[in-house]
Amino acid sequence: MNQPARGSLLGIEHLDTKEIVGLLNLARRMNPQRPRPLLRGKRVVLLFYEPSTRTRSSFEFAAKALGATTVLVQSSGSSIEKGESIIDTGYTLRAVGADCIVMRHPSAGAPYLMATHLDIPVINAGDGMHEHPSQALLDAVTILKHKKSFKGLQATIIGDIFHSRVARSACYLLTRLGVKLTLCGPPELVPEVTTTLVPGLRLTRHIEDALRGTDVVMLLRVQTERLAGQKIALPDYIARYQITGARLKLAKRDSIVMHPGPIIRGLELTAEVADSPQSVIADEVHNGLPTRMAILARALGKAK
Amino acid sequence: MPTAKDQNRENKSLLIKGGHLIDPAAKINAPMDILVRDGRVAEVAPPNKIRGSAEEKFDARGLVVAPGFIDLHVHLREPGQSYKETIATGTAAAAAGGFTSVCTMPNTAPVVDTPDWVTWLRSPDRGAIVNVFPIAAATKSSRGATLTDFSALQRAGAVAVTDDGKPILEDETMRTALRLGAELNLPVVQHAEDTRMTENCSMHAGLTSFRLGLRGMPASAEASIVDRDVALAQQIHESRLHVAHLSTSGALKAVRRGKRAKARVTCEVTPHHFTLIDESVGEYNTNFKMNPPLRTAPDIEAIVVALGDGTVDAIATDHAPHAQHEKEVEFERASFGITGLETALPLAVTQLYGKHKIPLTRIVELFTSGPARVFDLNGRGTLARGNFGDVTIFDPKKRWTFEAAKSRSLSHNTPFDGWAFTGKVVATIVGGKVVYRAD
Repeated sequence: MNQPARGSLLGIEHLDTKEIVGLLNLARRMNPQRPRPLLRGKRVVLLFYEPSTRTRSSFEFAAKALGATTVLVQSSGSSIEKGESIIDTGYTLRAVGADCIVMRHPSAGAPYLMATHLDIPVINAGDGMHEHPSQALLDAVTILKHKKSFKGLQATIIGDIFHSRVARSACYLLTRLGVKLTLCGPPELVPEVTTTLVPGLRLTRHIEDALRGTDVVMLLRVQTERLAGQKIALPDYIARYQITGARLKLAKRDSIVMHPGPIIRGLELTAEVADSPQSVIADEVHNGLPTRMAILARALGKAK
Repeated sequence: MPTAKDQNRENKSLLIKGGHLIDPAAKINAPMDILVRDGRVAEVAPPNKIRGSAEEKFDARGLVVAPGFIDLHVHLREPGQSYKETIATGTAAAAAGGFTSVCTMPNTAPVVDTPDWVTWLRSPDRGAIVNVFPIAAATKSSRGATLTDFSALQRAGAVAVTDDGKPILEDETMRTALRLGAELNLPVVQHAEDTRMTENCSMHAGLTSFRLGLRGMPASAEASIVDRDVALAQQIHESRLHVAHLSTSGALKAVRRGKRAKARVTCEVTPHHFTLIDESVGEYNTNFKMNPPLRTAPDIEAIVVALGDGTVDAIATDHAPHAQHEKEVEFERASFGITGLETALPLAVTQLYGKHKIPLTRIVELFTSGPARVFDLNGRGTLARGNFGDVTIFDPKKRWTFEAAKSRSLSHNTPFDGWAFTGKVVATIVGGKVVYRAD
C-alpha cells in the first residue's frame, strides 16, 4: 500500500478547488483539432471491466491526440477472465511498460485499490456507484461554455442520484465551484441521505420547484439495472419527473439541459427537450475530448 | 466439562502471588493469592495466607488476576481452511489475548454438522493450547433447510448450535431449532441478518456507504431478526436464544424486551462494534469490513449502556482470520471479518474502562462468568475451589502499541495495527499451566 501516484484522478471528493480550476483551464486550452505531442512515447492503458462507448473512445482519442500509444484491455479476452486479481493485472500492465492506467470498474473503490499498489497514475473512468470524475469535469467545461462563471449559478440534478457515480462527482465539483445545487426525484432514487454528501445541497420532490429559476438542468438515467429489488413504476416517474417542453419553461430562459448519456427518450426527457436548442447533450460528449486530454496531460506531468 | 487437554496435563502446582483478584461471580475484588494444583483451583486466600509450597510461583504484584477469559465466538478455520488459521495458531493467538477457552464456529469446510467433526475439533492432535469448545451447525451444511442432530452433536461435545455466517432465516426452522434446543438445554446462536435485505451489501447503510457508492445493510436487517427470535424464545418454554455479535440499538431493544419477560435470551458484543463506526472504513479499507458491519455512534452509545447495565452478557471477538489475497481486493469482493483475539482486552480496557468509565469488575465479568453462563461452561468463569485452574493475568495500566505483524494468528487482517492501547495481557494460565507469558 502506498499513496496514489501524483497525477492520479480517483475522484473529485479529494481534489481541492485550485486543482479543479487548473484542470478546467487546461481543458479549455486543449484543442483536439490541433494535436500536441505532449505525451509522445507514453503508453496509456485503457482498462475496462465494464462496457463503455463514450468514455472509452473519448479517453482513447484524447491520448492519441497527445501523441500517446494506447492499448485497450477488457475483462473479456484477457487474463481477468481467468481470475487474475486487480492488483496482479496492475503489476502486469506496469511490467509491460504502462505509464498510466485509465480504469473503469463495476466495483466502487477499485481504481483506488489499483492506485495504492502502483507507482504510475491511475485515472478513474467510473467505479461502480462511486465517482466519475472526468464526466463531472467535462460537464463543468460545458457549463462554462454557456455561462460566464459558476458564481451564483443554480443547477438542478434530476433522476437516479442514489445509484449515480456521475451525480456524486457533480455534487462535489459544482458545490466547490460555488453553484447552488438542488436534487430532485422520488425517495427511492433520491433518499434523504443524498443531501449529506456535501453541505448546502437542497432536496425537493417536486419537479416544478426544482426547475423554477434554475440555470442548469442535469438529467440522469433511471438505472434499472442497479435498482436491486426496488420497484420504480416508470409511468409514475414519467408523470412526475420527465422533463417536457412545458416543464422546461419553468427554468430560466437561457437555461441549459445536460445529460451524461445514454439518454432514454420518452423516459427522463422528451425527444422535444433532447433536440431543443437548450440541450447541450452532444456538446458534453464533444467536450469530453479536451477535458480528458487535460486529465491525461496532468497525469503524466505535462500539464503546461 | 473437561477437555482432552486436561487429561494429559502433568500434575503440578502453581501459586499466583501478590496479585489483585477480580472474580465477579465470587464477588471478590481484593488482593488474593491463588493456588492451583492438579489443574484445579486448590485455594484462594488473602496475601501470604496460603501455606505449603508450590512447584511453581507466579509473581503477580501490580497485576490484575482474573478467572480465565472465555470467547464465545471465534473462527479457527479448521477443518479445511488452514491457510487462514489453524487450531494451533488460533489458540496461540487466544492465549496471547488472555483467553483460556474459545468456542469455535462451525462454518468451516466442511461445515461442522456431524458428531465426528465435533470430536475431531476436540482431539489433542489439533494442537490447541487453550480449551476449545465447538459450536456445531444448526442445519446441515448450514444451508438453513434441514436441522442437524442436536442431541448427537451435544453428546459429542458441542456447547451450542448455529449457522453463523448466515442466519437461520425461516420462521419454522428457527422455531423447531429453539424447541429442540429447549429439550436438550442447548443454546441456539443466531447470526441475526435478514439476508433478503442485505444482498450484495458490504457495509452499514448510511452516510459513508452512500459517499463510497457501496450498497449498505440497513440496521433493521439485524433488528427484525432479533425481534422475531425474541418473540419465538418467549413462546417456546425453556428455549435458549443467544444473539451473536449484536451491533445495533434496535436489536438491543429486542434483547431487553426478552430479558424483561424472563425469556432465556443472551447476547454478545464484539470489541470492534463498541469501538469503530462505519465512517472508520475510510477509503475502502477492507480491514474494516465485517459482518455485521460497523454501525454508527448512536449504536455505540446504546451498546456501551447495555454493556454496563447487564443487557449484554459477554464480549466475544468474532475472530475471523482471512489471508491477504482475500482482503487485498475490491471492497465488495473482500471477505467479511477481522482478527480480534489479541486486541479484545486492550480495547475493552482502553475504550470501556478508560473512555466510557465502565468498572473493571464489570469488564472482567463480560469476559468470564458472563460468557461461562451463556453456554453453561461449568467449572469455568470463576475461581471457586475445585474449578478449572484457568487464570488470566493482565496489567490494566500498561501502555503499549499493537503490531499486527507480531500477531500469533496466521492472518493479520486487523483494523487495529499500530493502535496505542492501555491494558495488556501478561500471562494466560490453562489448567495451572502457563501457556502465554508476555515478553
